[in-house]
Amino acid sequence: MSAMTHVQTTLNGEAVEFLCEPRQSLLEVLRETLGLTGAKEGCNNGNCGACNVLIDGALVNACLVLAVEVQGRTLTTIEGIAPPGGLHPLQRQFLEHAALQCGFCTPGFIVAAKALLDRTPRPSELEVRQWLAGNLCRCTGYDRIVRAVLAAAEEAQT
Amino acid sequence: MTTADKPTEFKVLGSTPLRQDGVDKVTGRAQYGADIRLPGMLYGAVLRSPHAHARIKAIDTRAAEAYPGVRAVVTAQDLPELESKVADLGEGSMNLRYQSNNILARDKVLYFGHAVAAVAAVNAHAAEAAAALIQVEYEVLPPVLDVRQAMRPDAPILLAELRTDELGQKGEQPTNVAAHYLDEAGDLEQGFREADVVVEREFTTAMVHQGYIEPQNATALVTADGQVTIWCSTQGAFGVREQTAEILRLPVSKIRVIPMEIGGGFGGKIGVYLEPLAVLLSRKSGHRPVKLTMSRRDVLAATGPTSGSYIKVKMGANRAGQITAAQATLIYEAGAYPGSPVGSAMGVIFAPYRIPNARVEGYDVVVNKPRTAAYRAPGGTNAAFASETVVDELAEKLGLDPLAFRLQNGVQEGDRRVNGVAYKRIGLLEVLRAAQSSAHYQTPLAGPNRGRGVAAGYWGNYGGKSSASASVNADGTVSLQEGSVDIGGSRTALAMQLAETLGLPIEAVRAAVADTDAVGETEGTYGSRTTFATGWAVYEVGQQLKTQLCERAARLWNVAAEQVQYAAGVFTSGEQRLTFAELAAQLDRLGGPVVASAAVQPKTWGPGFAAHIVDVEVDPETGKVQVLRYTAVQDAGKAVYPNYVASQMQGGAAQGIGWALNEEYVYDAQGRLLNANWLDYRMLVTLDLPMLETVIVEVPNPGHPFGVRGVGEVPIVPPAAAVANALYRAVGVRMAELPMAPGRLVAALQARQG
Repeated sequence: MSAMTHVQTTLNGEAVEFLCEPRQSLLEVLRETLGLTGAKEGCNNGNCGACNVLIDGALVNACLVLAVEVQGRTLTTIEGIAPPGGLHPLQRQFLEHAALQCGFCTPGFIVAAKALLDRTPRPSELEVRQWLAGNLCRCTGYDRIVRAVLAAAEEAQT
Repeated sequence: MTTADKPTEFKVLGSTPLRQDGVDKVTGRAQYGADIRLPGMLYGAVLRSPHAHARIKAIDTRAAEAYPGVRAVVTAQDLPELESKVADLGEGSMNLRYQSNNILARDKVLYFGHAVAAVAAVNAHAAEAAAALIQVEYEVLPPVLDVRQAMRPDAPILLAELRTDELGQKGEQPTNVAAHYLDEAGDLEQGFREADVVVEREFTTAMVHQGYIEPQNATALVTADGQVTIWCSTQGAFGVREQTAEILRLPVSKIRVIPMEIGGGFGGKIGVYLEPLAVLLSRKSGHRPVKLTMSRRDVLAATGPTSGSYIKVKMGANRAGQITAAQATLIYEAGAYPGSPVGSAMGVIFAPYRIPNARVEGYDVVVNKPRTAAYRAPGGTNAAFASETVVDELAEKLGLDPLAFRLQNGVQEGDRRVNGVAYKRIGLLEVLRAAQSSAHYQTPLAGPNRGRGVAAGYWGNYGGKSSASASVNADGTVSLQEGSVDIGGSRTALAMQLAETLGLPIEAVRAAVADTDAVGETEGTYGSRTTFATGWAVYEVGQQLKTQLCERAARLWNVAAEQVQYAAGVFTSGEQRLTFAELAAQLDRLGGPVVASAAVQPKTWGPGFAAHIVDVEVDPETGKVQVLRYTAVQDAGKAVYPNYVASQMQGGAAQGIGWALNEEYVYDAQGRLLNANWLDYRMLVTLDLPMLETVIVEVPNPGHPFGVRGVGEVPIVPPAAAVANALYRAVGVRMAELPMAPGRLVAALQARQG
């Protein structure tokens, strides 16, 4: 076992520090060390988006980032999306539109969609489809997910 | 939504409440199998075969056992040796010895990725490093990768003891053909003599995977008294309990299975892979909990894909547009062990049509690929791809509209299938008419290289064992415990059926999925059975609760129970009146808690029919196919939870389109899987699809209290054929191979040009 590295980061608005091996992915540390299991492992090689998180607002696959790389950065995971005591418009619209079946890909889709709406508040359907093309859902055929994101964009504007 | 028969008025069924597990699933709190973490937990890794076919001569685990942090190593020697015994697995059966050998290979490895040994260590990295140190000495054998090659007399034999089940008789020679089935009706030769047009075609389809996003996982703890607890991702906790008990020779009462939230299954999470290994490792490591999770590579290489196939179809029709005869031969890959879905495929292939003279043959053939598992309407997509493209060609040759031709020959109540079984009330004709009058079909499609295709589909659905129980709370709410794992909103669909039965709003009923120690036996969430069968158990629970509560009200009012009426949430007797909540608040002084439970095994499931319409545009230079518009029409019987019915239709359509255009297992000549990742096994993404339109038709199933038919599986039956028919209208070639990937389409276009 290799030596541990000490990492300090801001996670969902709180200062967090942890020890990790240099080989450990951010996904592994989030899930195994920090107990945040909302980011899911679907493929562990960047093809499915189920582990999407934000680093300084940028969308990444946590399985493709080494945990040591988040030193001094600001992380947002699915657990940090909702405002206190409520739901984010994306979370609410995913429920309203029945945009999930098994729900396993849902955290990744919501984090990815948040990154889109943060930079493009009123995306077109095509922009939503282009942005979410890195996230796999096997249950829904995407129709309801795209509609939920469009509805959340509309809700945030009103 | 169109309703064919006289509609029944429902208050809760047909509404769209938010699902009860929804907030947990949009906030990341829902606990899936791999999210579990127990004190002292170890992590497992599995060593898998690099060969498709080889004899295991020796396994040396000493280096792995000596690796720092390793607590246990197991091989097939740690599994009890089992006699041949066939177990019903739901949507398929399997010989238990084969299943044990699939958990850990004993004498031979039969596919690339076949599990050979497993390790438990203090962390996943140590377990993987140790597994890589296990030395396996193989005698590599020639692999058999194609069903027709496997059927040749000189083919290498996978299973030395296998004999063909030849129409019920056991064969005598070693073989790769596990079974040969036959259904016949009428006089086939006479039927073809009566035909004015005959079409005969051959088809091949590639092996494809269910593609659930959550990999298989299992965590087990064996305590010092031998009691086993398993937390896992499964479609059916009782099935895991039974299979694990059989494979490990344990009484089922020693095993408690706690089903975690499940990240998709589609049939692929019915059989066990990791659960017995986790139990063995926990036992051998001194009773520590052990978690095993598969990598995506392991999922693709070693868990149930569904069969590739070879299918030959011949159909004839007369000038009046009536189908006179139909013949099919279906040869399905079972994978390494017998048990392909060829039987259900035989049931699907001509199911939508009245065919007086027919012959359908099926062969179940083992090859050196992973043992296949159920995948949503198992075998149906391949079969319908073949028959529905031939039906389309017949309609074309007769100059008939493809939907009108299907309507003319479509089955209804009283018509018989090839196997002789007569249909009860079914909704095919209503579905076809709804497709004809849909906005999509009524809108002309124009433009070069564009085409519209249609196809119909059948799935038999299933009933099976289901149990539920409920208790009335003092605040007037009801807590429901049910045995069906919730993969796509079924908790809520079941709570809705209890609320409807009790005349309560959905907010008054809360459903929970129970573990195997907490509810009666319930088959898995497969066979489109949950809303139908577990819904029926829930209905019975509701009836019992009403009876008991009427007795309590009678006690309060000092009248006979028969003098109490209950409707729409209110008990009455003469002038006396109590709401459900008012009575619930007084139960403590009227005899105590009110609890009811019910178990059912209904046989009156009704088949589901679907018709799909698709518009495509082809780029003739690259062979890329873009789906422009898609509409799925389906009979749901009664759509209990319509958003989620429509979502099943959309999801099945999307999987079917992926099967049609992209997905396939690619093996090299040695049987090594070359695309065991999602970059190379490409599933559809957002950009590949348009919005997916749905039309729900409701022809109530007379065999269910609310008219429910299963809805989950039939949506994957028509898509491949519908896309193939659309491609033909677009560019004039009839594709006979799945997937209709760009390279194959370009080759077909070039072949046509000569």
